[in-house]
Amino acid sequence: MSSSAEEIEQLISQEYKQGFVTELEVDTFPPGLDEDVIAKLSKIKNEPDFMLEYRLKAFRHWQTMKSPDWAQLNIEPIDYQSISYYSAPKRKEDGPQSLDEVDPELLDTYKKLGIPLDEQERLAGVAVDAVFDSVSVATTFKGKLKDAGVIFCPISEALQEHPELVKQYLGSVVPEADNFFAALNAAVFTDGSFVYIPKGVRCPMELSTYFRINAANTGQFERTLIIADEGSHVSYLEGCTAPMRDENQLHAAVVELIVLDNAEIKYSTVQNWYPGDENGVGGIYNFVTKRAECRGSNSKVSWTQVETGSAITWKYPSCVLLGDDSVGEFYSVALTNNYQQADTGTKMIHIGKNTSSTIISKGISAGKAQNTYRGLVKVGKRAENARNYTQCDSLLVGDKCGAHTFPYVEVKQPSAQIEHEATTSKISEDQLFFCQQRGLSAEDAVSMIVNGFCKEVFKELPMEFAVEAQALLGISLEGSVG
Amino acid sequence: MLSIENLHASVGDTSILKGVNLQINPGEVHAIMGPNGAGKSTLSHVLSGKPGYIVTEGKVIYKGQNLLEMEPELRARAGVFLAFQYPVEIPGVSNIYLLKAALNAIRKHNGLEEVDAMDFLTLVKDKIKLLQMDEKFLYRAVNEGFSGGEKKRNEILQAAILEPALCMLDETDSGLDIDALKIVADGVNSLRSEDRSFLMITHYQRLLDYIKPDFVHVLAHGKIVKSGGAELALELEAKGYQWVEGQAA
Repeated sequence: MSSSAEEIEQLISQEYKQGFVTELEVDTFPPGLDEDVIAKLSKIKNEPDFMLEYRLKAFRHWQTMKSPDWAQLNIEPIDYQSISYYSAPKRKEDGPQSLDEVDPELLDTYKKLGIPLDEQERLAGVAVDAVFDSVSVATTFKGKLKDAGVIFCPISEALQEHPELVKQYLGSVVPEADNFFAALNAAVFTDGSFVYIPKGVRCPMELSTYFRINAANTGQFERTLIIADEGSHVSYLEGCTAPMRDENQLHAAVVELIVLDNAEIKYSTVQNWYPGDENGVGGIYNFVTKRAECRGSNSKVSWTQVETGSAITWKYPSCVLLGDDSVGEFYSVALTNNYQQADTGTKMIHIGKNTSSTIISKGISAGKAQNTYRGLVKVGKRAENARNYTQCDSLLVGDKCGAHTFPYVEVKQPSAQIEHEATTSKISEDQLFFCQQRGLSAEDAVSMIVNGFCKEVFKELPMEFAVEAQALLGISLEGSVG
Repeated sequence: MLSIENLHASVGDTSILKGVNLQINPGEVHAIMGPNGAGKSTLSHVLSGKPGYIVTEGKVIYKGQNLLEMEPELRARAGVFLAFQYPVEIPGVSNIYLLKAALNAIRKHNGLEEVDAMDFLTLVKDKIKLLQMDEKFLYRAVNEGFSGGEKKRNEILQAAILEPALCMLDETDSGLDIDALKIVADGVNSLRSEDRSFLMITHYQRLLDYIKPDFVHVLAHGKIVKSGGAELALELEAKGYQWVEGQAA
């Protein structure tokens, strides 16, 4: 009989089930990045002039910047000239007008991923936008959303059809010079989702985008922009997968949320990019800037993320609480296994009066992985009666992994109330044995204990995605006990 | 049902069990008594497959199978149950979830249909009455914030639902006041049946006032040094363990 430590060892060798490659005819730019490449990209997408100017400005700034090195991450230097900045499935004419015109290979891919794009097959109430490498390939339920006045489309399409809205809001939360990866994204982003919810509208269904990296040696730079106008409400989910490849691939996304008076955005992420193999070869480098601005009074943003994939995750979905009485929430589960590294957390910037924020972070480390929570709670001079509650828990599976916590608090207003709680625990051999003694396999036991640990976050996810997240956690821990 | 022959076990370099022999037939209740450090808990741990023990000699046959070669969960699914001396807490996992998952893992393994949520609720509500537990315990995280007595009752509740063939109780009486002891004992007695056997590990005679054993064994220095009927426990209580230890020497 093997000892419990060995069993944990064995359970930590997971299999990535979305690791297949789709054979498609594609248009891909040769590797390399300069102003000509950006001009070509902007031209292919037939963008308005302001976009090219915006991109070039970002690019020029990016060239003066350095890759950030403050995170608790060990990253091989990235050669930005060896990456291709555009890859798209070849399409007839101007692209598919309906699903019948989408390459069947592509539809198959989404079927394998469990994302049926066929509207008839959809679970009621979820509209899907699917982004494959650099372009959006299909958006479902457009008609029904249009009736409600909701705009949900690829951002490239929004640039054609609603350029004034894009121009007004793009870069208004994350400026093009915000940080190294955000600047790169602003220069080269290819597609992503655009959502506009008009005044007083409660979006009639969940909106969802699935991102898929397929082509080798390409980066994916998507851009998401969501605007919730006064008194509106929307729940949005993104999911991500990629094939298994030996080389690392770069994903640098920017997500901007704008919330006006009395509006609410609930943004949920299930991130399952390819994490690399059990020896740490390959995997996605995931450098994401996500930020929400609660511009209106009494507005609310809730970020929920379940991060199980990627070789490296660098991601801090943040809330700028500008409007009085606005609310920011961040619920996170980050699971790292094998050689994965995650440095993730949030920033809550309290500017308005009576603003409140909640941070619940659950980090799980298995194998030889390193998991870091990094969070900033900042209360400005004007933010009377600001409140924050932070709870930050780490769970270790096995004895070769690490958990780190870096909470930063800056308070300039004496009436602020800030609470911080943190725990670190280990799945004990006694817990594992207890569950086995009751008839559960070690694998099911670990999965159950981890799910229990994450309960407070999972209850924030929309129902069907909570089930998906639980299953994903089980898969990601597969092989982490014997 | 269970046959233990010349069982030797150690932890690291320390030998703890030094030749235990024991036969348990269906329906019998055996009590193992003995001083601290005699190896009583070790015996229950080795039988249930807890990691960290090395069996150096001897064999254990349970229902015709070589028990020591089986993984812990397979022993559990074959009907070996251990009520823990120190039940662990599992934050965030509700009692009812664990109970249902455990019951269905066992049923599935034995080729039975899994119990659905409604049927399970009916079953579990029936059983918690037996142990005079409040229904709210079902929805609390496993053992989290439970008092010592509540944890022990929870262990017996698990036995009542999983219906094991061999039920081992490791110092189930420790830390219980007299009222809680009676409730736990009533629970155990209600589980007694023709084909279910018990192995009770205890320091004191007092548990045996409520759960009457068919056999009492005294374990000292890693061996069973004396066996007898229920009356042996009373004799021990009067004379102390030195009496049997002296006899063995």
